[in-house]
Amino acid sequence: MLGKTMAEKIIGEHAGKEVKAGEIVVAKVDVAMVQDGTGPLSVQVLREMGMERVFNPNNTILFLDHATPSPRKELSNAHKILREFSKKTGAYLSDVGEGVCHQRLVESWASPGQLIVGADSHTCTSGALGAFATGMGSTDVAIAFALGKVWLRVPETHRFYIEGEFPEGVYSKDLILHIIGTIGADGATYKAMEFIGPTIEKMSMESRFTITNMAIEAGAKTGMIPPDNVTKEYLEKMGRGDKYREIKSDEDAWFEKDYEFNVSTLEPTVSFPHTVDNTRTITEAKKMNIRIDQVYIGTCTNGRIEDLRVAAKILEGNKVHKNTRLIVIPASRRVYLQALKEGLLEIFVEAGAAIESPGCGPCVGIHKGVLADGERVLSTQNRNFKGRMGNPNAEIYLGSPATAAATAIEGKIADPRDYL
Amino acid sequence: MEKIIKGRVWKFGDNISTDHIAPGRYFHLRTNLPELAKHVLEDADPEFPKKVKPGDIIAAGNNFGLGSSREHAPRIIKLAGVSCVIAKSFARIFYRNAFNIGLPLLIADTDKIDEGDELEIDLEKGLIKDLTKGITIESTPIPPFMMRLLEDGGIVEHIMKHGDFKVD
Repeated sequence: MLGKTMAEKIIGEHAGKEVKAGEIVVAKVDVAMVQDGTGPLSVQVLREMGMERVFNPNNTILFLDHATPSPRKELSNAHKILREFSKKTGAYLSDVGEGVCHQRLVESWASPGQLIVGADSHTCTSGALGAFATGMGSTDVAIAFALGKVWLRVPETHRFYIEGEFPEGVYSKDLILHIIGTIGADGATYKAMEFIGPTIEKMSMESRFTITNMAIEAGAKTGMIPPDNVTKEYLEKMGRGDKYREIKSDEDAWFEKDYEFNVSTLEPTVSFPHTVDNTRTITEAKKMNIRIDQVYIGTCTNGRIEDLRVAAKILEGNKVHKNTRLIVIPASRRVYLQALKEGLLEIFVEAGAAIESPGCGPCVGIHKGVLADGERVLSTQNRNFKGRMGNPNAEIYLGSPATAAATAIEGKIADPRDYL
Repeated sequence: MEKIIKGRVWKFGDNISTDHIAPGRYFHLRTNLPELAKHVLEDADPEFPKKVKPGDIIAAGNNFGLGSSREHAPRIIKLAGVSCVIAKSFARIFYRNAFNIGLPLLIADTDKIDEGDELEIDLEKGLIKDLTKGITIESTPIPPFMMRLLEDGGIVEHIMKHGDFKVD
């Protein structure tokens, strides 16, 4: 009999039976969450079902992050629905300024071996800690709130073996953009993407989160990394060391596809409008001399302390180009405080950046940097669909925090390696 | 659930994202679905929300519904009156959300279907008759559990009817 993948093991533990890829099962949920864009619909569904309750209040989280602080009354009213639901059910409310749901989840809730569902597509981020974490709709998560379980199809796994040393100026963001550029925006639809190999083992948790965050951009159900010492140290730092456990795929497990990538020849990589798989190397992009009106450093993809350090190092002593705006948003209050203590915010402000409070910021398309017609933005976020940032007549380019910082200085897509 | 669907086609290309379907700039309308539905798919075809009629069918290319988890996307497609979406492939969260709210999806080769064609779809048999072209296209069978969700009227009705998930 074949061994099991990590995904099959975790889902099996939560379904209370042996499972294999392709089966549809009912599984217990450890952590369930919604955000202010999806949560009000979940509350409405529960009301319609006459089940306005939560199964496990401590692990039920309502994040206010997409439209915070609220830019308009309709959204304030949406927030109010979640505030009232929290009071009524005991579900935790992560309020204005606490940060982006996925960053807050990895800081305070997500742990190896858990099954996590969230009404947000980037819920897969927590998979870097060895959880099975996946995005669903408002109704699915509403039912998970009330019943403590969901229906799931057990996914096949695509395994990505990553080796080689990153050249200077090249980061995990460049790797995941390159992978998606190679396999396509539907290259892993419905699959679990599992990332292993020496390059992953040496990578910090921050860099790992960037990779699993973007699994959905290849269509995947989740992105996963087997827990190791790096995971253990991270959990200890976050005060959840007792939650560490090992879980990994058996060597004789069946993988639908096996990929190998070597990062030693990788260049900084940029996704061009309007799909994430439309990637080019920085060398190609630079030649095209693309003027950029706005740069955004932040989000659940790249708004962590390591990202801000990289960007600050490049921006220190430099000024943002006169025709370009730079917006910096730490992904969480914890990241904000750390950046403050390390003097990074001072560097950003002196360079000419606008710093906003933790949350999703302009990535969502409603506030804090909506683009004008014909404008171009280079952002560290995870997707660049037409209209994503609030204006279908604008163009979104995606890159690493280093590429973003260099671009802010030059006012056009720039190579961060020129600043190292 | 209607097992035979008849309607007129709106044709879309590959990679129609949830931002095309329910643009982020209308984020504040997510608690007002009838208003949000007035903008459905407007970033892919500005005429669509103005001219879509009850019973119309969407035929699209690969990876329809990619992007965000917003269930508002299939909900406003259904609210606009669309009876079925056919695509070469669907993004997973959209696929799940659509069946959960009782919007039928079929996976089939849509290359021969053009905008304005009249279709007659047999959901159970998975057969798509293009009455305009006089051809029949086979679709990938809908998995039994997804078919049950459609028959029950969506996941909420499924839970209310069975008192729990019924996956076997």
